[in-house]
Amino acid sequence: MLKEETLKVVINGQEVESSFGKTILECARDSGVDIPTLCFDSRVKATAACRLCSVNVKGRRLPVAACAQKMEPGMEITTDSSDLESMRKTILDLVVSENPTGECVRCEEIGPCELHTLTKRYGSKPGRFHGALSGEKSKDTNPFIFRDYSQCILCYRCTSVCGELEQAHAIVPAGRGFGSRIAAAFDSGLLDSSCTFCGQCIQTCPTGALMDRKMLGQAKASEVTKVKTVCPYCGTGCGLNLHVANNKVIGTTPDWDSPSGEGSLCVKGQFATDFVGHKDRLKTPLIRRNGVLTEATWDEAYDLIVEKFTQIKEESGPNAFTFWTSARATTESNYIMQKFARAVIGTNNVDNCSRT
Amino acid sequence: MVGRGAMSNSIAELKESPFILATGTNTTETHPVIALKVKKAVSNGSKLVVIDPRRIELANFSHRYMQIKIGTDIALYNAMSNVIINEELYDKEYVAERTGGFEELKHFIREYTPQYAEQITGIPSEDIIATAREYAAADSASIIYTVGITEHSCGVHNVQSLTNLALLTGNFGVTGGGVNPLRGQNNVQGAGDAGCLPNNLPGYQRVGDDAARANWEKEWGVTLDPNPGVTKVTAIDDMILGRMRALYIMGENSLASDANAGKTRKALEALEILVVQDIFLTQTAELADVVLPAAGFGEVDGTFANSERRVQRVRKAVNPPGVAKPDWQIISELGERFGYKKKFNHPAEIWDELARNTPILAGISYDRLDFQGIQWPCPTSDHPGTAVLHTDNFESEKGYLMPIPHVGIAEPTDEEYPLILTTGRRRATYHTGTQTGRSAGIELLVPHEWVEINPEDADELKLDDGEVVSVISRRGRVQSPIMITEKSPPGVIFMSFHFPNETPTNVLTTDLHDPITETPEFKACAVKIEKIAQHHKNQSDKNGTQNTNQSLKMAG
Repeated sequence: MLKEETLKVVINGQEVESSFGKTILECARDSGVDIPTLCFDSRVKATAACRLCSVNVKGRRLPVAACAQKMEPGMEITTDSSDLESMRKTILDLVVSENPTGECVRCEEIGPCELHTLTKRYGSKPGRFHGALSGEKSKDTNPFIFRDYSQCILCYRCTSVCGELEQAHAIVPAGRGFGSRIAAAFDSGLLDSSCTFCGQCIQTCPTGALMDRKMLGQAKASEVTKVKTVCPYCGTGCGLNLHVANNKVIGTTPDWDSPSGEGSLCVKGQFATDFVGHKDRLKTPLIRRNGVLTEATWDEAYDLIVEKFTQIKEESGPNAFTFWTSARATTESNYIMQKFARAVIGTNNVDNCSRT
Repeated sequence: MVGRGAMSNSIAELKESPFILATGTNTTETHPVIALKVKKAVSNGSKLVVIDPRRIELANFSHRYMQIKIGTDIALYNAMSNVIINEELYDKEYVAERTGGFEELKHFIREYTPQYAEQITGIPSEDIIATAREYAAADSASIIYTVGITEHSCGVHNVQSLTNLALLTGNFGVTGGGVNPLRGQNNVQGAGDAGCLPNNLPGYQRVGDDAARANWEKEWGVTLDPNPGVTKVTAIDDMILGRMRALYIMGENSLASDANAGKTRKALEALEILVVQDIFLTQTAELADVVLPAAGFGEVDGTFANSERRVQRVRKAVNPPGVAKPDWQIISELGERFGYKKKFNHPAEIWDELARNTPILAGISYDRLDFQGIQWPCPTSDHPGTAVLHTDNFESEKGYLMPIPHVGIAEPTDEEYPLILTTGRRRATYHTGTQTGRSAGIELLVPHEWVEINPEDADELKLDDGEVVSVISRRGRVQSPIMITEKSPPGVIFMSFHFPNETPTNVLTTDLHDPITETPEFKACAVKIEKIAQHHKNQSDKNGTQNTNQSLKMAG
């Protein structure tokens, strides 16, 4: 195998070792140097749209975008000069002047967005620049993805993720100049597009332009706890966080550290966890009385099972029983079920839904 | 045959695999996130061959799509083996050192020429030859499959003939290679790992293995039956015969999900006691004598094991409704009433009991799972887990090449039932719809069942797109609107089983099954389609999808 070729550069006066092919941003982040970004998502090609990651490279007349510029041997890079920081503040001033917060509830309900985390850090406020405001709220009524393009900063993360990662191409950049916008084909709603509702556009959006509609209006971000767990649907085992408020699951976000999911979810993991706490849930044991299932206590249910099972076991032995366990339940519950079959009843008649 | 019922390799590895052979897997619909890895590989220049009777979406990403006639997989893989052996493309060193049965296979495979396979499979022989050559030439090549391979009456043989390809080319034990079943349910792997199989104790230790049994007898303080139990499929026969008197189901809507639902209903109704423990009153629970309310996903602590053998922590986020309890707690309390006094306070204690007696899980503890899951085998607490199986050896020292003859499907078409029904899932809905059916908005993505039918067949039957028809097999009938689509090849219709109230598809499917695993042939049974008289059609148009609740009862 070829040895990975290394090179040496200097970042903010410190000599750093990196490898060919890496960008300045990757190298900086690898060595713990913070460079702010808005349009960058490491899973897709850099678009260098926001210029917030601009850095100075010795010998270059103008700053370069760290997300797109590959490392070259001997580069001397400055990431934090006052000129750069001032330029970053101006960029953010421009962005928020064009996209005032308006009715956006992103930071309040879901948690601080990337844009407003940065504007807070740089002290940027709307109003420094006067002119037209960007975009407007979409009329798309789909129940999953809320679209408000008055908050869109045209970073193209959503379209890159949709096209490059998901390869769904449901949304694309459309229009030119100030009329640039993100649109589904023929400016239709997402239900009429090739959108699979994986929700990845929401998860990459650095503003309140795209939000999980199901999560809106449910709680304040400060009331929400996130519980790291694994999707309950197929066998991929994508990691996700359940968002919980007042003993209710209000939605999910991907677990970016999940080895199999790697931050992705599909429509089910993203939007189909409402069944938890659904009104149809079984809440008490039921026993068939006179042909009808009627509510009962745990004691009544257990007593009936013990009585009937004991009688059958005495008459027909343990192999008159069979136990079907669940590929949906935890391993621990499955283990206990087969242990009950084998150690308590005495039969190997235990199977799960894998074969059917 | 190599010995593990799990992916040999890891999910994320697929992105780096230079060659992917996807067969019997509608990955973009059933495993959308795994499909992303395949798409990524293709974007990076990897080759993808898709083999499926239906022109599935994944075919759009492939460099070659091979439309195989349903149930002819063995002939195809045998022909690929034939090319690989005849053209001496196999890995001679690997075959000599690590496999057995080469000469027998070489002899057996002679008749499976690509031309012969073309007659059986409908795939042009030049495509078979090209695929065999590319597969063998790739630095590493990954086979991925789903139940399109296993849910056949020759499911085991399908897998074995596929496995031959990986053994011949040395594709086991290498990154980006292997034979990889993508498992359909979140914890189907964990249920098997935990011993919920009639022939296996936890950790795939055979019930007939005296040493393994002695170990568990010591742990549990009981004497265990050395004879394997019966599978679900045999148990259903035994219920109808009156030999099986009691059934306890934890979390499965068997009536809607199992093949030949009419027969399942008959079996469940013959029981003296049916206990169903679930989170909803499913069609199956409605038949129960006792229904026990379980705590479900998001309400319990524990672990799931995914398709790549990764044990991952799941966590309690909210309290269960009413007096519902975790499954393990209900069963433990019941056990106490039978005089079995071992008590657990938390799933971590259950895991520890399982792991300390199960070599492949012995090194995994809840502490280690806190941040990220671990892939078994993980024998010791300092073992990092195993991303790629069989790097050094197979379960049985050698991987055995198996001479497997082609057989057709168990219920071929005839004059009366001229179409093949194949079943599967759709992306936004899941299994019998108990969960996705209760998630807002999903009904807009998949509002009801559709029978996907080729335009040629629709023309012949004079059917219009969206028309509600009767689909009839030897076992029952259901009604559903049709969707005319080139995705279905002529002679094959596709249905899901997501709407068991309106369209209980499994009243149609056959319970004819693989003799080894007893997995029924969900992927092929013979059916016919009948038009519904005009006044019925109008009525159904008014109601959206026709309510065919009655057909479930009629089928019994």
